[in-house]
Amino acid sequence: MRPLLASAWTEWLIALRFLLDNRMQTLLILFGITVGSAVIVFITALITGLQENVIERTLGTQAHIRILPLDEFNRLAPLPDDAVSLVLESPRAQRLRSISNWQDVVAVLDQHPRLPAVSPVVSGPALALSGVARASVALIGMDPERYERIIPVSDDLIAGAFRVGAGHAVIGSELAGDLGLDVGDKLRLDGGDGREAVVDIAGIFELGVRELDARYVYLDLKQAQTLLALPGGVTVIDTRVDEIFAADELARRIERLTGLQAESWMQTNGQLLNALTSQSMTTEMIRVFVGISVAFGIASVLAVSVVQRTREIGILRAMGSPRGQILRVFLLQGGLLGLIGSGIGGAVGWGLVQIFNIFGPGLFWVPVEPALVPVAMLIATLAGVLAAAVPARRAARYDPAVAIRYV
Amino acid sequence: MSDEVLCLQGIGKTFNQGTPLESTVLRDIDLRLGRGELTALIGPSGSGKSTLLNLIGLLDVPSAGELYLQGRPTRDSDDTTRTHLRNQALGFVFQFHHLISAFSVLENVLMPLIIRSGRPSADAVELARSLLREVGLEDLADKKPTEISGGQQQRVAIARALITRPPLLLADEPTGNLDSKTAASVFELFRRINEQFGCSILVVTHDPRLAASCPRTVQLVDGRIVSDELSKSSSG
Repeated sequence: MRPLLASAWTEWLIALRFLLDNRMQTLLILFGITVGSAVIVFITALITGLQENVIERTLGTQAHIRILPLDEFNRLAPLPDDAVSLVLESPRAQRLRSISNWQDVVAVLDQHPRLPAVSPVVSGPALALSGVARASVALIGMDPERYERIIPVSDDLIAGAFRVGAGHAVIGSELAGDLGLDVGDKLRLDGGDGREAVVDIAGIFELGVRELDARYVYLDLKQAQTLLALPGGVTVIDTRVDEIFAADELARRIERLTGLQAESWMQTNGQLLNALTSQSMTTEMIRVFVGISVAFGIASVLAVSVVQRTREIGILRAMGSPRGQILRVFLLQGGLLGLIGSGIGGAVGWGLVQIFNIFGPGLFWVPVEPALVPVAMLIATLAGVLAAAVPARRAARYDPAVAIRYV
Repeated sequence: MSDEVLCLQGIGKTFNQGTPLESTVLRDIDLRLGRGELTALIGPSGSGKSTLLNLIGLLDVPSAGELYLQGRPTRDSDDTTRTHLRNQALGFVFQFHHLISAFSVLENVLMPLIIRSGRPSADAVELARSLLREVGLEDLADKKPTEISGGQQQRVAIARALITRPPLLLADEPTGNLDSKTAASVFELFRRINEQFGCSILVVTHDPRLAASCPRTVQLVDGRIVSDELSKSSSG
């Protein structure tokens, strides 16, 4: 039995020499593989970066799952058998109401291993008045420590501090502008039916979403409960999940667990998600087709090489080179082309991303995942070996007696 | 161990057996080659010389008969065994040199050893250099095959065939592609190697003058051996 290592050495030597001997051919196909893998690396980094950025921005201002009380509906008395009734039903107005037993629900959700953050919130409409200016706002009463683990408002503060309680409120930049308010100013809030409060502006945030910056008023839980006439109640429980794309599935589980309504961000951002999915599919198609054309390039170059080297393969076989050795010489060439081409291509793609980051539109920063280039190289190497399979089998099957006389 | 390097018993070869294109190229060949014999195989084209050489070189399998290489039957051995035997017991020299263009002259000479056991040892490299010296090409060791002449290429091919010290060297029209002067010198080299290394050599040629310079001449016509004679000048 031929020692494995010795045989491997021989195969490496022959494969390398064959590649170096056909320098022009090798350079051309390497160029092709380089361009292909650079495109794949660049487009993957770009689209991944873009999507992460979009999702991050979207989820930066909303909870992954919102848990709400069930909608109210009209209860109809059950009919006796074979009776027919005609009902004229108008849907019930959904009044603001608390989640019953919300403390227990929060306690249960706190124990859930896949929900790293849970924040009970009371929210409802109110009017904000400052001098003669008035604006309709959404009051958000919450516990800042819990809430910030879901939406880190502190990160987006442009003035003051994220401090509620003791008559403090934090408002958005648009609202501050509309009402001419600054940190330290006073703001009157009117929850209707004579429930009013005057609060001090402790901070101003800018989440970057106009609607939120114009409407959100953060308050202490208790104060908001009083203003919204929901003493001791919360209207929503916001949660964060460990894996954002598992939000839908977790929402269904929470519904079964609590009997409440659970809305995942994936439901509320259906269109966005749809757009991202279509984009991913397009990228995937581009990657697959570029990959296939690169693989076919490798296969055709090696097929030509096998024909060109028919006599040399014949003489190698005559000198005692086993079929397996010839097979591996050509598989190795495919693998080497894939490895080297994708190595250079990966570096070029990485460079392109950096150029995009420095000289591009600058709307967002595209990170390159450290694993991207090594994974691309691994796949390209395997694809090279696979692409070489057909020509390599052909070379290994040559009848040496015929191959030697091939002209 | 017998003194016979090669023994053919009733060898026949039929191509496309069982089809309308069936053609029998060799019939009932009996041939023995002794250790250290230099034999010329001659015959008109189409007489089956190359087919016979392929069978002896274990590149092809006979349809009938048995072929013993160093006393071992080979007909039923599998491809792996035959490949191994080619590497161990046989040296090939072909009409069109068949050096591998991607390797230097020295590496070409070493190739059978590289195939056998990977990276060549210092001893192997020394042996290759001495063989190149033997064929008068020591200075060209680092050249590429494309950079040397046809006659030189054929000498390199001979050195390569000898590197494994095979008991049997097979040469198929080794001078067919060379001018008569170069051909004569290559043939001279065969004779010298035969004496020096003591390996048996079977040379296929259609040049009667070159054949006449071999001690033994076997003539093949229509797939049969029609004559097998020792030349008078030879001591036998």
